[in-house]
Amino acid sequence: MALSDKELKEITYLARINVKEESFSSLKKELEQILTLFEELNEADTSSVEAMSHPLDLSQPTRKDEVTEENQRDELLKNAPSVKSGLFIVPKVIDGEA
Amino acid sequence: MDLHKLSLKDQLEGLKKSEFTSVELTSHYLKRISDHDEKFNSFITVTEENALIQAKAADERYKNNKSLPLDGVPIAHKDIFCTKGVRTTCGSKMLSNFEAPYSSTVYTKLDEQGMVMLGKTNMDEFAMGSSNETSYFGPVSNPWDTEYVPGGSSGGSASCVSAELAPIATATDTGGSIRQPASLCGLTGIKPTYGRVSRYGMIAFASSLDQGGVVARSAEDAALILEGMSGHDPKDSTSLKLPSPDLTKNLKNSIQGMKIGLPKEFFEKDMPSYLEQSIQEAIETYKSLGAEIVEVSLKNINLSLPIYYIIAPAECSANLSRYDGVRYGYRCEDPKDIEDLYMRTREEGFGAEVKRRILIGTYALSAGFYDAYYLKAQKCRQLVANDFTNAFESVDVILSPTTPGTAFKAGEKNDDPIEMYLQDIFTIPANLAGLPGISIPCGEHGGLPLGMQLVGNSLQEDKLLQFAHSYQSNTDWHKKMPNI
Repeated sequence: MALSDKELKEITYLARINVKEESFSSLKKELEQILTLFEELNEADTSSVEAMSHPLDLSQPTRKDEVTEENQRDELLKNAPSVKSGLFIVPKVIDGEA
Repeated sequence: MDLHKLSLKDQLEGLKKSEFTSVELTSHYLKRISDHDEKFNSFITVTEENALIQAKAADERYKNNKSLPLDGVPIAHKDIFCTKGVRTTCGSKMLSNFEAPYSSTVYTKLDEQGMVMLGKTNMDEFAMGSSNETSYFGPVSNPWDTEYVPGGSSGGSASCVSAELAPIATATDTGGSIRQPASLCGLTGIKPTYGRVSRYGMIAFASSLDQGGVVARSAEDAALILEGMSGHDPKDSTSLKLPSPDLTKNLKNSIQGMKIGLPKEFFEKDMPSYLEQSIQEAIETYKSLGAEIVEVSLKNINLSLPIYYIIAPAECSANLSRYDGVRYGYRCEDPKDIEDLYMRTREEGFGAEVKRRILIGTYALSAGFYDAYYLKAQKCRQLVANDFTNAFESVDVILSPTTPGTAFKAGEKNDDPIEMYLQDIFTIPANLAGLPGISIPCGEHGGLPLGMQLVGNSLQEDKLLQFAHSYQSNTDWHKKMPNI
């Protein structure tokens, strides 16, 4: 199945994965190969079947809405790449005058 | 005494009878790891210090007659199970420095029963792969011949148990990641029914398919530990609300009069003659044990591979969106703005196979394609599940090869993703239908082991283990270990 350059660019942006110019065409070929595999499903007659939601068709158990987790802010922030005053630091998101 | 030659069950007995201590047993394995693992690269992290602390505590409990059910027996954990205080990498650069603030339910359950963690095992990155060559921490080799792959994604777990660097290891299976490496390394590997083992703290790949289990040296050892891992967990909403099954109760019962189904669609495929011969011999063994052999048809089974490669990447693309370089994990250097931070973090933090699958999944879920791909695949998945339901009306288990052949050489299938995906052609259907499956060794070819797979009906892990144990009580394939 053919994938246009524009489509691939769009997908890589949706997935937020930068792809270097030089690996673009080989990636496209690999993805096309995999997408071709999907065409085998066209032959299957699924007109009278419901899409599966859980393999055992059991209802999912719910639990009481009780707070069980303690505040772990400092513990959780330990893994963050950049932190200041208990906040995650990222490059400026909103443009405009400060 | 060669403590590693004892089965896990005998190790537990030996500890109970004070024939040796957990510190002796644990030190024995730690020494084997430091002596041999350089050849295999089966561990990402060895937790030596912590293991000896746990072993000492187990010995204390034995001394005070307060021992726990699995006290003092060592285990290796796949590096997909979060362990508080010990880093959990999932085989990825993205998580190469990640220390989870909590432990997975699987780890916690086994820890609470006294098991000693030797370390965290290598794996394909985010459990995506069938050769353990996609790990950021380097490939794992097969102890039977280090030029060959151990299978994947639980390649490190299979490799270390096969090299007898650990008596047993946890593993996970999304499309065959327990059973395929077990087959290629000559081990017993079981994936239980979807929902049997909690996924809490087990890093997600494809949530409707992922399931935890073990690789072991026998069905008997596997039963003991799987039982300890199973059971309802309120922290996992897909966990089955059922008590932990008794998996050792029926283990020794005869299979006389029980029925084994052979799916004709599998046996119509081109198979290497050595594989066909080994499977035939296994069937003859089962006949001699009193089982009845019946042909069954799973007429939609050939749709399994395309179904899987829509559903698994779709779910993976959603699950892996959390790796954004903000809250935890890898972040690229000097991002110029937030878009650049996301785009380059994910470009640099993920390996090629993970990126391929995220992109495929993103495509399948994108506007205008959802009905044609994901919805269609979920419908076809129901067709495959219906085939199994029908088949289990007339048989107890379904037998097939586990893999299309013995292990392949490292690097052999890296240029063609589809060729690699075909490794899981026999194992994927059980994940699609949420059914339990086991691989047990049943032969060898060219000095490499091969396995057969048994798939059971929902919740019938006990029956699968009974069939496996019955075979292993009458054959020696599972006792063969590589010379390392």
